[in-house]
Amino acid sequence: MAAPAPEPVYGLLAEFDTPSALVAAAKRTYAEGYRRIDTFSPFPVEEAWEAIGHHDRRLSAIVLGGGLLGLLTGIGLQEWVHQLAYPANIGGKPLNSWPQFVPVVFELTILFAALAAVLGMIMLNGLPMPYHPVFNVPRFEHATRDKFFLLIESTDPRFDRRGTLEFLKGLDASQINEVEP
Amino acid sequence: MDPKPADYAPAPLIEPGHSFSSVTDKISAVVLSRSQPLPWFLGISIGFMLTGILGMAITYLLLKGTGIWGINIPVGWGFAIINFVWWIGIGHAGTLISAILLLLKQEWRTSINRFAEAMTIFAVMCAGIFPLIHTGRPWLAAYWLFPYPNSMSIWPQFRSPLIWDVFAVSTYFTVSLLFWYVGLIPDLATLRDKARSRTPKIVYGFLSLGWRGSARHWQRYEHIYLLLAGLSTPLVLSVHTVVSFDFAIGIIPGWHATIFPPYFVAGAIYAGFAMVLTLAIPIRKWYGLEDFITLRHLENMGKVTLVTGMIVAYGYLSEAFFGFYSANKYEGFMIWNRMTGPYWYTYWILVFCNIIAPQVLWLRNVRTSPTGLFIVSLIVGVGMWLERFVIVVTSLHRDFLPSSWGMYYPTIWDWMTFAGTLGFFTTMFFLFVRALPMISIFEMRTLVPEAETPDGKGH
Repeated sequence: MAAPAPEPVYGLLAEFDTPSALVAAAKRTYAEGYRRIDTFSPFPVEEAWEAIGHHDRRLSAIVLGGGLLGLLTGIGLQEWVHQLAYPANIGGKPLNSWPQFVPVVFELTILFAALAAVLGMIMLNGLPMPYHPVFNVPRFEHATRDKFFLLIESTDPRFDRRGTLEFLKGLDASQINEVEP
Repeated sequence: MDPKPADYAPAPLIEPGHSFSSVTDKISAVVLSRSQPLPWFLGISIGFMLTGILGMAITYLLLKGTGIWGINIPVGWGFAIINFVWWIGIGHAGTLISAILLLLKQEWRTSINRFAEAMTIFAVMCAGIFPLIHTGRPWLAAYWLFPYPNSMSIWPQFRSPLIWDVFAVSTYFTVSLLFWYVGLIPDLATLRDKARSRTPKIVYGFLSLGWRGSARHWQRYEHIYLLLAGLSTPLVLSVHTVVSFDFAIGIIPGWHATIFPPYFVAGAIYAGFAMVLTLAIPIRKWYGLEDFITLRHLENMGKVTLVTGMIVAYGYLSEAFFGFYSANKYEGFMIWNRMTGPYWYTYWILVFCNIIAPQVLWLRNVRTSPTGLFIVSLIVGVGMWLERFVIVVTSLHRDFLPSSWGMYYPTIWDWMTFAGTLGFFTTMFFLFVRALPMISIFEMRTLVPEAETPDGKGH
């Protein structure tokens, strides 16, 4: 356990062995009134984000928007090409032979929606972010392997270096580390 | 046989005794260790040699033109289209496993989805080569394939199924690549943190985008992963439907059939699962991954192969039935010519490979025997290639007027190109196995018993 240092800290990072311990600790931390908190796990733990009160639904709208944009692009592109830019009589078909435009409209809808989903996830997550203070903790490399971490940031109004440390010690953590900024 | 209840208990999805770290170590060791098993070197050597042959065949094609192939009128679509449809079909199993089985909550997909997705991407690459080089001068083909403002003010013909194909295949490739990459991000972070030397740390670190496993990130990640699965499901069904339109929109007897879309999609999944088995069975043995790709996985894949094989068989039956029932002289002749004409042997080998041979999968002993499954999967791979040969060649070579009949014989360049794409596929696959985790590590962790949380919804 790290001794309190005079330099400012980014936060305190507690380590847990199982997802259940992490979820229990996160629930207590949230109940204690901490809000600038995060958990880190090597696989998605649904209860962990529920415990820290996070649920972001914006991606549904972003993906829908992407899909609609693709839909309109597909319709607009083909109608413009065949009615305005390059009208051609093919086998006596009408210029607006829309049933034959359906496959391309469909594919573009899927393409734009998928791109919106992936780019939206990356951007809302603030990635790519090569540096983050939690990487300063040597034990943190286990966050992508086999350990579970709970972070309380020092910017939380309830954060008190000694008090928060004491609170974390009361949880079932196997280790607690200070995070350098 | 004397069935006991224990005989029917399915094998586990992951062998007991694994923990978060043992799963991580075992899968990442393949990538991070210096040595590789001997078959890896053999496989990549053969693959790379054949890739060289592909380079030769394409170079000569670009110098001389498509006349070096066996195509001519009446059979203008030879190996290029056969191989295109075969490869793109193989790609379908990857998306089926990763998207449709995810939506159906089939947990067994976890250990096979990563390399099935990789297989999809490489198969679509191989498929894409053929229509491009079939244009003869691909650098001139851009303006009628892609809508871009060109100096001739000419735009593509969107009423043509060939343009639908361009959009379907390129969308499929892009979305499969996105799906694959998103699935890889957490595992790339694992490799970044586990790598001890500098270069892999930088490369995996760059590719992992600085992933740190934050709960906020995981929530958005899971959200879009599900949405991507939902988007990929209709996409995968649409791609082979559009490929079948290349035929069905035409008026050639044997092509102009409404059964084509479902029949092609089933055939694609059939060929794809056979290819997953062909790859998974040797790989799990060479790398000792029997703990993760258990007999349960193999058996389930055998079952899917059997079911899709039966759908394909139904397709053949109804094709033959409607050929005669239509009372259309040309349709009836086409089916009869397929069965008894100059290419009769391709049809009957196809029936053997795709309908008769897979019936052994009804036997549990075969479904749980890696060797048995491997042999069946190779037979199905051959059979599905022959199916495309039969559809393309026997329909075209004798159409309406006997005066325009002809024969099609592939040349050495056709065979070299085909063998070359097999080599390219093998090379890419072995490089993938070497450089990226072939099983999704983070999803395997969720199968470890400790991953359970009190509410029982650990992930």
